[in-house]
Amino acid sequence: MNEPLTLVDLVFYGVAALTVLSGAYAVFSGNIVRAVFSLMGTFFGVAVLYGLLAADFVAVIQVLVYVGGILVLMLFAVMLSGNIETAARSNRAGSIILGGLVGIVLLLFLITLAVQGPWIQTDPEAYRATTASIGKMLLGKALLPFELLSVVLLGVVIGAVVIARSRKSEEADS
Amino acid sequence: METLSNYIADYLELSGLAREILYAVLIVAVAAGVFMVALTISGLLTLAERRVAGRIQSRVGPNRVGPLGLLQWLADGLKLIMKEDLVPAAADGPLFRLAPYLVIVGVFAAFVSVPFGQLLIAADLNVGVIYLLAITSLVTVGVLMSGWASNNKWSLLGGIRAAAQIVSYEVPAVLAVLSVVLLSGTLSMQGIIAAQGGWPWHWYLFHNPFTFLAFFLYFTAAVAEGNRTPFDLPEAESELVSGYNTEYSGMRFAGFFLGEFANIYLMSAIATTLFFGGWQIPGVTPEQQATSWGLQLVGLLIFVAKASIGCFVVIWLRWTFPRLRVDQLMSVCYRYLVPLSLLCLAANAVYMLLIPAGSMIDRIIHYGTAAFGGLVGLIFLWRVFHHIRSVGDRLDLNVLARGQKGRFDPRIQARRYGKFRKKRYSKETG
Repeated sequence: MNEPLTLVDLVFYGVAALTVLSGAYAVFSGNIVRAVFSLMGTFFGVAVLYGLLAADFVAVIQVLVYVGGILVLMLFAVMLSGNIETAARSNRAGSIILGGLVGIVLLLFLITLAVQGPWIQTDPEAYRATTASIGKMLLGKALLPFELLSVVLLGVVIGAVVIARSRKSEEADS
Repeated sequence: METLSNYIADYLELSGLAREILYAVLIVAVAAGVFMVALTISGLLTLAERRVAGRIQSRVGPNRVGPLGLLQWLADGLKLIMKEDLVPAAADGPLFRLAPYLVIVGVFAAFVSVPFGQLLIAADLNVGVIYLLAITSLVTVGVLMSGWASNNKWSLLGGIRAAAQIVSYEVPAVLAVLSVVLLSGTLSMQGIIAAQGGWPWHWYLFHNPFTFLAFFLYFTAAVAEGNRTPFDLPEAESELVSGYNTEYSGMRFAGFFLGEFANIYLMSAIATTLFFGGWQIPGVTPEQQATSWGLQLVGLLIFVAKASIGCFVVIWLRWTFPRLRVDQLMSVCYRYLVPLSLLCLAANAVYMLLIPAGSMIDRIIHYGTAAFGGLVGLIFLWRVFHHIRSVGDRLDLNVLARGQKGRFDPRIQARRYGKFRKKRYSKETG
């Protein structure tokens, strides 16, 4: 920790602050649409953090999937629901104490993991493009989980189609 | 760029923090340079659009500001900067102000990995193609944000239409791009160009019939993603006033337009890179090109020429086709483009498995596809000129029929373009 502060460190702190602050805004904001939009800062911040860790492929996929896909889906869901601006701030499913307890336990667990985890340190000079090795891994050693995941996703797609279609046919019947 | 930074740092004998600050300054300078290039390109494209539209509609178009109207886009920009920046009272202020920036950043940031020349690329990312697809998804968020924040039903409808369209058409576009990635075995833009060659039969466009099809799928999907006619439902004037940018004025309005026009160039540049061999010069290997500044310049010109032809075709489409309906739009995407692009991807994989690269059959297929493509192109051009001829009246190119004093001279027009006008009038009157 005695190394001098480099520009990369400054970028890291700036991006980490953006990530955390926009995440916090998404949690505490009363305006649901703005909360969803502020999630974009979180997604982008996480992508930049991946980039700083030399995980170029993961960083780009993070932007592609989360900003281009999931965020847009969430926006559609929010914008197409009625009375979204006057909706209650949050659904009170449990007590604040219970939620806070779970949050604190999770935070402690993550801190322990971050401090005591067996992190692999690599030389910054040895950073290489990761795309080819990820591809080889996915179609080699990790082929079975990869294929299983695709089957799960196919199931999700079929399920979504079934749900959407059945509602439509009910409308047609009535 | 890192080598350049290290070189300057060594020369100035900098160390530690100073070296990093130099690197950071260089990055910012390159980013500013890319921004200016993208800005100029989109400005010139607005002019090109208006001039081409004028020609297609038998009128002249803006030709007063500067020679041939070449400075018109600067005048437009100046006018828009000086206009008042209105924010509607009922709008969601911060989101309303932020949205145009997202659109601009989403498109302009993609220019970072556009390979204008062999050495002329801001960052040859290892994940270049996916980066382009990922960063342009900011446009979707920006469009949705502007639609929502305007607090106007037309804007909201336009924004939601735009987002739905972009998300839907991203599927065939990505699948068509994947066919090329499969063949070249790399995601880097320069790597994909290096895997092709200078002559048309070395291009991925004519690699095999399926890449030929993939190009058209990509181009269609990209036109739709750019919200251009015939897919410009988000801005359908007859239904939605002007769609998601209805409430905007001044420079924020210009932001959406700059994004749209930069996007036209971007899609043409991607098509040039993926299917048309990019900056490759016929008969010159990349190694030879790397050693000569003159050949670098030729490569740059070749890239810009190919991309400009793409832009011209996009503009041409806009002034030729009527708009689709929403249901037609979705059925074009999901019933035709998605299955066809899946077929292309699978067929390319099978092609790679069955036919070894560089074999006799492989080369015959390249030449055959190139010959077929050339034939289709020639027939198309012949039909175009046939239609222009058979209109019966020449295009009203008054500007070219000027006499010595710069005035329109019917005698010169008659000499250059024949007396079509006179004949028709005499028939009608007589």
